[in-house]
Amino acid sequence: MYISVSDRNGGKKDGHVAGGGRTRRPETRFKLSHTIVWLGVVSMFTDISSESVAAILPLYITGFLGLSVIAFGVLDGINQGASALVRIAAGWASDRMGHPKRVALAGYGLSMAARIGLLFAGGFWSLTAIITGDRIGKGIRTAPRDALITVSAQPEHLARHFGVHRMLDNIGAATGPLLAFFVLMLIPNGYSTVFVVSLAFAVIGVAVLALLVPDLRAGRPRSGKDEPKIPALSFRWRMLREPGLGRLLIVAGILGLLTVGDGFIYLVLQDKNSFAVQWFPLLYVGTNLVFLVLAVPLGRLADRWGKAKVFISGHAALLACYLLTAMPFAGIGPTLGCLVLLGVFYAATDGVLAALASQLTPPERLATGIGAAQTVVAVSRMAASAGFGILWFALGPATAMVVVGCMLTVAVLASPFILNGIGHERRVA
Amino acid sequence: MTRRRWETDGKLRWVILLVLTVIVIAGAGTYAAQAFQRFQAASLAASSADIASGGSSLPDQPFVLFRNTASGVGYGQAATVLLSAPGAERTVGGVACDRVYGTSGEVMCLRTNRGLVTSYEAAIYDRNWQEIRSWALRGIPSRTRLDEAGSTAATTVFVTGHSYAGTGFSTETVISPVDGGPGTGSLEDFALWVNGAQVSPADRNIWGVTFLPGQADSFYATAASNGRIWLVEGSVSSRKLTAVHDGAECPSVSPDGKRIAFKKNMAGTVTPLWNIAVLDISTGTETLLAETRNVDDQVEWLDNSTLLYGLGRDDAAGDSDIWRLGTNAESRPELFIQHAWSPSVVR
Repeated sequence: MYISVSDRNGGKKDGHVAGGGRTRRPETRFKLSHTIVWLGVVSMFTDISSESVAAILPLYITGFLGLSVIAFGVLDGINQGASALVRIAAGWASDRMGHPKRVALAGYGLSMAARIGLLFAGGFWSLTAIITGDRIGKGIRTAPRDALITVSAQPEHLARHFGVHRMLDNIGAATGPLLAFFVLMLIPNGYSTVFVVSLAFAVIGVAVLALLVPDLRAGRPRSGKDEPKIPALSFRWRMLREPGLGRLLIVAGILGLLTVGDGFIYLVLQDKNSFAVQWFPLLYVGTNLVFLVLAVPLGRLADRWGKAKVFISGHAALLACYLLTAMPFAGIGPTLGCLVLLGVFYAATDGVLAALASQLTPPERLATGIGAAQTVVAVSRMAASAGFGILWFALGPATAMVVVGCMLTVAVLASPFILNGIGHERRVA
Repeated sequence: MTRRRWETDGKLRWVILLVLTVIVIAGAGTYAAQAFQRFQAASLAASSADIASGGSSLPDQPFVLFRNTASGVGYGQAATVLLSAPGAERTVGGVACDRVYGTSGEVMCLRTNRGLVTSYEAAIYDRNWQEIRSWALRGIPSRTRLDEAGSTAATTVFVTGHSYAGTGFSTETVISPVDGGPGTGSLEDFALWVNGAQVSPADRNIWGVTFLPGQADSFYATAASNGRIWLVEGSVSSRKLTAVHDGAECPSVSPDGKRIAFKKNMAGTVTPLWNIAVLDISTGTETLLAETRNVDDQVEWLDNSTLLYGLGRDDAAGDSDIWRLGTNAESRPELFIQHAWSPSVVR
């Protein structure tokens, strides 16, 4: 296959770098770090907390508070943008302080505080403020947490460790909505009960982080006395000069721009099949299950075969999903195939990107590098959703999918060349 | 990289975590159990509004159909009061609905079916509260209207994004014959004409259909794109929407067909503040009414000079009242039916 051939060298270097100068094949036996398990548990509880609320929020706002959700949608977009930008800043702060756990704790704590606010929310503005707080908390915690994962993991098994974390994280994401709807099934207007349960899980998550996750140092080394202060804005330029990270950001940005939201994919599938609309929510659950099942195996593959290869191949899975949706034939087969491919896409890209970014970033700027990669992906995917909406109306769903698919094909084929040789000069630890 | 050893097996940490977890889970569990008991008690308790006994069919005289939001038995169910005595006891039909609309012979009901996979449904009932037909909806119920003859139904739902995909909400509006014949599909696919030219904005949203008196083909609705909002005149047969006025949401045509009441966003920011306005169709004059509270409802006409609309109660979430308001600018709102939502006047 073309991709694998052109990427073979990159993969080798990947392995070389991951091994920190040792031989390519990871000889070190995989030993699961306790810290990563605890971080995974923190994410699991936090995701149960946040996804249970997110799942019922539209119903709560429209059905219970009697507010319109249109304006809320606009704010949600703004919040997501803010959350994406906060990531770099939080990563940078984490690197400056050298204590990722403290920054992550602030992020998890802010989201927890937002849950408390939810118990007292009445009007539109208080609700908006609370949701903004939750999103910003999510933005703050992500990069320092991934930095903690990086410093806790065996470098040879970095992606696999990220896979373990993402698996636990997704178990929470899958459980949260079920829990929330179960509560509402028993107590039809029991929104406050959902909020209380959500708060309980948030508290446990924060407690596990505070009590069981060690305050590992990452970022600026404690010894080697501080170099002259780096002006606040210069970090971006420095980052882009990192050999490799800049190119990774470019590739992630290009691929992100061609990643239409999975909401659109589900809509296309639904338009084609007109399967019973009440099963629509189950599509998300299906993708999520595939993601959590494959997170570890694909992380393992990334450690052995090359993270960049797996990251790019994940987008090939996405491409295959686009093609399936654009096919003229309908039925349950293509729909299920698409769910699996989407799950593969997430499993192959989410944790692997963080692993790749941390591998390409020097230790003293670890969280900044991870945060930058995640911000680039989040922002480019938001732009992609907006752009695809326009294509959808201009060309129709199937044609729009084909157009984006063609562009994605080019991007997937070009990516190995852009990433070729990344990580030459850099190593972790 | 410095890695300070952390005693994960430090007993104290585990004890603190364990105690905290137990307290938190016990607290949330107790709260949930109490909420469940409260719900069971409330749903068995006598209604906080006066409820008439009997009445297994729609009244023969003109009546107002609405969603009963009085706590206790019958909460969330479709109910009726006679138009001649709106403050008197209500008759509850035994059918749960989030939004209702009626004609003399039929009731249209949009509802949420709660479950591990929560789904949404539209159902049409005959005058004896027997279900004629139901079909699945693609999102959370928002608005519904029937044409005067009761042959055609319009529904608007909020299609929600998902928390992973994230991106916001949009509406989906569909007009379909109640007998199950092929509907229009989403009104977003209709041709949209603004100022004599067809426009095809990518992010258009259509909501809040109101049928012209005695018509099933002609209607008014709201169209929005890029932050602009139009009142559009629509035709099912020609699959066309034509913008006729700016900034009018959730229109409602008066019984004589001469005026349109709608909600108008006075805030000009992302957080809407909707007031009620009335548009004279022949002259194009717009009259802003005196209701200063935020009205997020599709207004209903009580008669040719009076409007009805729902307003949430500040003191009790999930409860609301129906208010009446004259269509001259001086008229002041008055309480019409307590503990009620989604009014529909059947003459």
